[in-house]
Amino acid sequence: MSPARVAPVLDVDALLDDPDTRVVVCCGSGGVGKTTTSAALAIRAAERGRRTVVLTIDPAKRLAQALGLAALSNEPGRVAGVHESGAGRPGGGELHAMMLDMRRTFDEMVYAHAEPGRAGTIIENPFYQTISSSFSGTQEYMAMEKLGQLAATGEWDLIVVDTPPSRSALDFLDAPQRMSNFLDGRMIRLLSAPARAGGRGLRKIVGAGFTLFAKAVSTILGGQLLADASAFVQAFDTMFGGFRERATATYALLRSPGTAFLVVAAPEPDALREAAYFVDRLSADDMPLAGLVLNRTHPVRAQLSATKARDAAEGLRGAPLAAAVLRLHADRVDLAEREERLLSRFTSAHPAVAVTRVPVVANDIADLDGLREIGSRLAAGDSEEPAAAAPGRALRSAR
Amino acid sequence: MAPVVTATSSQPSRPKLLRIAWVLWISTGAVRYSHVVTDGPGALMRGHCSQRLIPFRRPGGRKLRNLTDVTSSAWPAALSAARLHVVSGKGGTGKTTVAAALALALASGGRRTLLIEVEGRQGIAQLFDTPPLPYEERKIAVAPGGGEVRALAVDTEAALLEYFELFYRLGMAGRTLRRMGAIEFATTLAPGLRDVLLTGKAKECVNRRGPDGRPVYDAVVLDAPPTGRVVSFLDVTKAMADLAKSGPIHSQAAGVVQVLHSELTAVHLVTLLEDLPVTETLETVDELTAAGFPIGAVIVNRVRPQWLPDRSVAAAANGRVDAERIRAGLSAAGLDLPADVIDGLVAETVDHAVRVHAEGIALSRLDDGPPLPRLELPQLVDGVDLGSLYELAETLVEQGVAVHTLSGAAS
Repeated sequence: MSPARVAPVLDVDALLDDPDTRVVVCCGSGGVGKTTTSAALAIRAAERGRRTVVLTIDPAKRLAQALGLAALSNEPGRVAGVHESGAGRPGGGELHAMMLDMRRTFDEMVYAHAEPGRAGTIIENPFYQTISSSFSGTQEYMAMEKLGQLAATGEWDLIVVDTPPSRSALDFLDAPQRMSNFLDGRMIRLLSAPARAGGRGLRKIVGAGFTLFAKAVSTILGGQLLADASAFVQAFDTMFGGFRERATATYALLRSPGTAFLVVAAPEPDALREAAYFVDRLSADDMPLAGLVLNRTHPVRAQLSATKARDAAEGLRGAPLAAAVLRLHADRVDLAEREERLLSRFTSAHPAVAVTRVPVVANDIADLDGLREIGSRLAAGDSEEPAAAAPGRALRSAR
Repeated sequence: MAPVVTATSSQPSRPKLLRIAWVLWISTGAVRYSHVVTDGPGALMRGHCSQRLIPFRRPGGRKLRNLTDVTSSAWPAALSAARLHVVSGKGGTGKTTVAAALALALASGGRRTLLIEVEGRQGIAQLFDTPPLPYEERKIAVAPGGGEVRALAVDTEAALLEYFELFYRLGMAGRTLRRMGAIEFATTLAPGLRDVLLTGKAKECVNRRGPDGRPVYDAVVLDAPPTGRVVSFLDVTKAMADLAKSGPIHSQAAGVVQVLHSELTAVHLVTLLEDLPVTETLETVDELTAAGFPIGAVIVNRVRPQWLPDRSVAAAANGRVDAERIRAGLSAAGLDLPADVIDGLVAETVDHAVRVHAEGIALSRLDDGPPLPRLELPQLVDGVDLGSLYELAETLVEQGVAVHTLSGAAS
């Protein structure tokens, strides 16, 4: 393997311990283990002495229980059972966790920014109810909003953010802008009253087509929906400035040096492709990327080639256990080889991105110890040291 | 990391050695490759893998279907009659790959299928290694036995404009409107509208007939949104409730509802043998049943072989592996390995057993759920290229995946 292909190792502990690291954002496509990674990073940071809060989005039930998140609270709650001695540091760390309630976050924003008396009107609007619960970008927008709120309190040494389970990691960055465009009201005014709004210039460009389009839209969507939408946007108009300001401030926070993006990917082609898109995007937007977490890898633990193992298994008679062990090892070598191949494809396109591999944990995470185990695997950085990692692990599991 | 001088120093050569071993293994004929000609963009290579030395076995003594064993319960006749195959699954389960393999499998033996994607991610183009697909039906692959697969990446905005064109002559304004974001705005305003348009497009492809009066496609495979969203995606009736109570889209939607709730449709769910994907699959089965959608098969993806004998699994999963017996067995085969390698093999065996054990639990949860046809696809170690898609399609065909002859199904 050429040395150029070897990615720098991501030092997770250095990242978590650095007092300048204030926000860690875990991104990646759906199903790669972002929520678990976020929780594992947060508990590790807390136990290394930082006052940490983790913002999770839709955690699996058992993970939520492990974090003491029985119900949506939308405010951080302290996690019991965290070792707060802080690895010899004075002060000690703490872990707080919360689960995003997007509807409530949205409502709170409306109450905070609307003129008194207007808030109620907005919240009761049927169109608002659709937007705040099912618009495809709402979750991302509200996650950013919540991050902004948590950062604004100044209470936390470190905020770890999970991102919504969208197909594409890019959605997290794009959704707020899309939402903002949507809420800015120009289009709805055009649609609900094309004759008055938008100004002559625009009308001239699109001409009669727009009138027809507006008619088509209102035929399809129905007068009521448009009327609701229009009422909503009018009521929203006065607070829109405040919304946009906040979104801009949060975006600036994401670009600040105190933020570190971690891109999480499974060793699968799709997930790594998404990770590559995301890395490119972060660099295009000058956003601080800390590295790639290659999650659920299968490192080889015994130095023995697949061919040799298979050949030996073929020749074994009367030792079924040994034959099985050889075959499962050969499969594992193939799998590890495939994972390394996929990673080296990523690394040759993005040679500067630091990587940490997290060997798979077969069971689902059900408690804090499970999260601690993931945390130590995250921090072990490059775990591709087959023979070395094996003895301790084998002895531990053999007892 | 620091104390591991010996391991790291020997490391750089290892991947290279493995690659050589791999190539040698292929060249010995353990893996055969043959070629299939195509006129689609890029030459397709078809890979065969004859790695299946031992049938997969699962804990509890239950023997999984041998992959060459065609069982009617894997793909009952009712599924052969379906013309619209909706494929969903939890994120990360390989939904798009399975949808593509299914389209290939259904096209084999001289059929024509259409593979539709609706999420604007160009997943099909990436899978088939072609440039991004435009919004038009395009031949992308030749199926074994002379069939063909076409693909369509539905662009919602284009679909909406196309739809408007049917009823209102927007002319050149359409493009300007799109640039202004007006189209996106309209679909954002009513998220249901987007879904109605997408399912409407799929239904149109299912029903379209050629000059000879026969359906253009033997089957249409829809790479649908993930399990979390698939029920609301398909629930056109509900979406329509948010829209105007009359008008052109309403009469079209009625036809879509009819197709989606008939035996013309089958909703397949892709899962892995892991806790969360199985949970989501079972939940989605309930939701689909409640909403009255016909459920097709549960497709278990990335199934890996079990090498340990069933009786050893539970003990090994708890860390009890007889290292001495392994060492002695290997030694008898002339393989005298150093202690650290044996330790490594033991650790890998524990990992394997823990996984097999967890898979057994996941599998029995599926067994305890509603009885549904079940298909299995193996984990392909070299599963990154186009050849592997053909391999998966072949595995599906071996499990009985097929379409009825049109004379029987089309009416």
